[in-house]
Amino acid sequence: MTDRSNLMIRRRIKNIVFTGFCWAVTALALIALATILWTLVGRGIGGINPDIFILATPAAGSHGGLANAIVGSIMMCAMGMVIALVIGILAGTWLAEYGKGTAYGSVVRFLNDVLLSAPSILVGLFVYEMLVAPFHGFSALAGAVALGLLATPVITRTTEDVLSLQPALLRESGVALGAPLSLVIREVLWRAARGGIITGGLLAFARISGETAPLLFTDLNNQFFEFNPTHQIANLPVVIYNFANGADEGLRQLAWVGALLIAVTVLGVTIVARFLTREQGRS
Amino acid sequence: MLSTLFEGLCFAAATALLAALGGLLVALTIGGWPAISKFGFGFLTSTTWNPVTDIYGAAGPIVGTLVTAAVALLLALPVAGGVAFFLTELCPAPLRRPIGTAVELLAGIPSIVYGMWGLFVFAPFFAKHVEVPLMTAAPSGSIWESLTIGIPNGSGILAASIILAIMILPFMAATLRDLLLSVPAAVRESAYGLGATTSEVVMSVTLPYVRTGAIGAVMLGLGRALGETMAVTFIIGNSHDFPTSMFASGSTIASTIANEFTEATSDVHLSALIALGLVLFVITFAVLALARLLLSRQEHRA
Amino acid sequence: MNTAPQDLETSIARIDAAQVKVDVRGLDFYYGATQALKSVSLAFARNQVTALIGPSGCGKSTLLRTLNRMYALYPGQKATGEIVIDGENVLGSGVDLARLRARVGMVFQKPTPFPMSVYDNVAYGVRLYENLSKADMDVRVEESLTRAALWDEVKDNLRGSGLGLSGGQQQRLCVARGVAVKPEVLLLDEPTSALDPISSARLEDTISQLKTDHTIVIVTHNLGQAARVSDHTGFMYLGELVEFGPTDAVFTRPATRRTSDYITGRFG
Repeated sequence: MTDRSNLMIRRRIKNIVFTGFCWAVTALALIALATILWTLVGRGIGGINPDIFILATPAAGSHGGLANAIVGSIMMCAMGMVIALVIGILAGTWLAEYGKGTAYGSVVRFLNDVLLSAPSILVGLFVYEMLVAPFHGFSALAGAVALGLLATPVITRTTEDVLSLQPALLRESGVALGAPLSLVIREVLWRAARGGIITGGLLAFARISGETAPLLFTDLNNQFFEFNPTHQIANLPVVIYNFANGADEGLRQLAWVGALLIAVTVLGVTIVARFLTREQGRS
Repeated sequence: MLSTLFEGLCFAAATALLAALGGLLVALTIGGWPAISKFGFGFLTSTTWNPVTDIYGAAGPIVGTLVTAAVALLLALPVAGGVAFFLTELCPAPLRRPIGTAVELLAGIPSIVYGMWGLFVFAPFFAKHVEVPLMTAAPSGSIWESLTIGIPNGSGILAASIILAIMILPFMAATLRDLLLSVPAAVRESAYGLGATTSEVVMSVTLPYVRTGAIGAVMLGLGRALGETMAVTFIIGNSHDFPTSMFASGSTIASTIANEFTEATSDVHLSALIALGLVLFVITFAVLALARLLLSRQEHRA
Repeated sequence: MNTAPQDLETSIARIDAAQVKVDVRGLDFYYGATQALKSVSLAFARNQVTALIGPSGCGKSTLLRTLNRMYALYPGQKATGEIVIDGENVLGSGVDLARLRARVGMVFQKPTPFPMSVYDNVAYGVRLYENLSKADMDVRVEESLTRAALWDEVKDNLRGSGLGLSGGQQQRLCVARGVAVKPEVLLLDEPTSALDPISSARLEDTISQLKTDHTIVIVTHNLGQAARVSDHTGFMYLGELVEFGPTDAVFTRPATRRTSDYITGRFG
């Protein structure tokens, strides 16, 4: 065989190995992730019954549900989202409209991206130092602040990205009519970017609804129903954490149900967000 | 005037972000100071972690954090790369969108789900099919034996690393795929046009093209692995010693803080935990900052 | 088409002072350290259409954007000199930019409808400065849409989104929006460059009719359009005003070599 055909054969083999490797690991990855979802559904769905949504979390050995944790999680996520939307949209607007090209703007953008990927447990510690230790008590408010701090960088980034996408001419058209820039931003640009901002909000919500670690140091948990935000309120992630580690079989079953509920929420919200993105892309 | 008020509000919000990050650093430093000043540099090197005598050394959790993250990265990177290459070069067109979407969706699953799956499904499987066979097969007195010492219950450093790898996998795959897609079609087509095989195009043309960004993406994955709490806490075994075998129990900074915080027995204990947080902050900040720098340099190239 | 061009460097025709609406005197413009306009002086006649032509980068759009101080949005851009509108130098300090822009309106190269209904688009500028009753506003909106030659096409769907119109309709909507505030001067920055020929023709007809109520300045790449639509034409090159005069004269008897070269297509 000539050198040339030797080379060809070697190249072909390399290619087959490479291609085979890619197919194999993709299959492996998909299988691994499929088993996770399968387990989740398999173990969780058996425990779904109306009591889950009516009764509060039980002590070991007794019957109960997850209602207080579900309500509490919704409350804290909602409060956190309010904080994140207010600060995030304003900050993202500043980065896109006022701070573009400035050194300070680059610094803020850079650090915002770092905060985006920062370990959530550290945010929990921070809020503990600020809001729990000084006041000697865990509270849902502290938990909401921690969640808000985690969601804000997401909203800042998406707001800035979607506002920067708007054509400069749009902004100039508003100003050309004699409107002050802040009015043009609020009435024209925010409206035009509305879809993207909503999507960003959904993604941020999906992110914080499953966070456990920060809540361990800020809100902890509550076995019963509670609606006062300055007190501790039950929440789903910490309940799951406690029950899963415990010895009681009934509680562990509840933990699986809780995990299933969270996963379904996160996946559902993400799917809606991606669907909206595709709709916007079309118009 | 109203206009300046609005601009001022926006500016304040942007500055609030900076303040939060700065406040984080300050809070961790203040909270951790008592422990740092009491133990000095030894805090980082001692493995003694004793709540009874109130002596704390962070070496165990630090090593655990670095080891699990490194192993997880080693395991996840080739797989993420393979998936990314698959999605951009090899996947049949109708499957491309569903598989890509599946990968992105899975990147959003909360870590506590991974943690539970790891504890209740993976651990027994790992114990039965990996730990026990390896432990019985290791010849006595060999290095293999010392590497496989441990309780075969499926927990430990290696198990935690594997769960961590599965967790950061979707995110890294999606990021790498986006990077590969950013290579201009003309570049790829020129390579194919010269008669190169798929593996050659990928390894010698597309990948080098996005090399800076790829390194950035890898570091982003590393940053996540370093700070991950829930996926690891369930399955790492929670011992503060130096892990000497693959199946030994260990701890990471995040798992230690998560496990001990609410039951901290003394102020020193609490402060030591916060000091641990400070160490984690410094490590992850350095990694994430470098990652973002590399990713933005990649953007400027394109 | 033209008789032998004379060897003048520049040729700027004078306009009778009584007819001048906007008088530009010694205008210099800088993008950072780069000078984009060099001592430009010309006058725009009241209720007439003046076209600015020239190759890419000659400064015609830059000149247009100084007239309503649009450049003020961007730090690092600076203008010196005088632009006098009805006796007031609008480049001076202390000028209310918002009010200036209500008097000097602008339509851009690409249609930029706001994300609101057709009605609200047209009413947007009006609501900034006038407090009209619903009936009066309805009249103003209809008036403006009629003058932009869009009324018949949208009158049955004023609440529909402005984004749902075709490209040509959107641009006419922007014209309607611009004239609704009754500006004294209307600036058009290559208004038909994004439109198909039929829509362009309709817009050109509209421009000719608008001049009864507005002083119009139009920047265009399209020489034919300039010749069709304008009363006066200014030719710019590398930041300088090379020639200015009645459109007829500039196109058929250009006074400078550079102008005749551009018009005959020797460069551009």
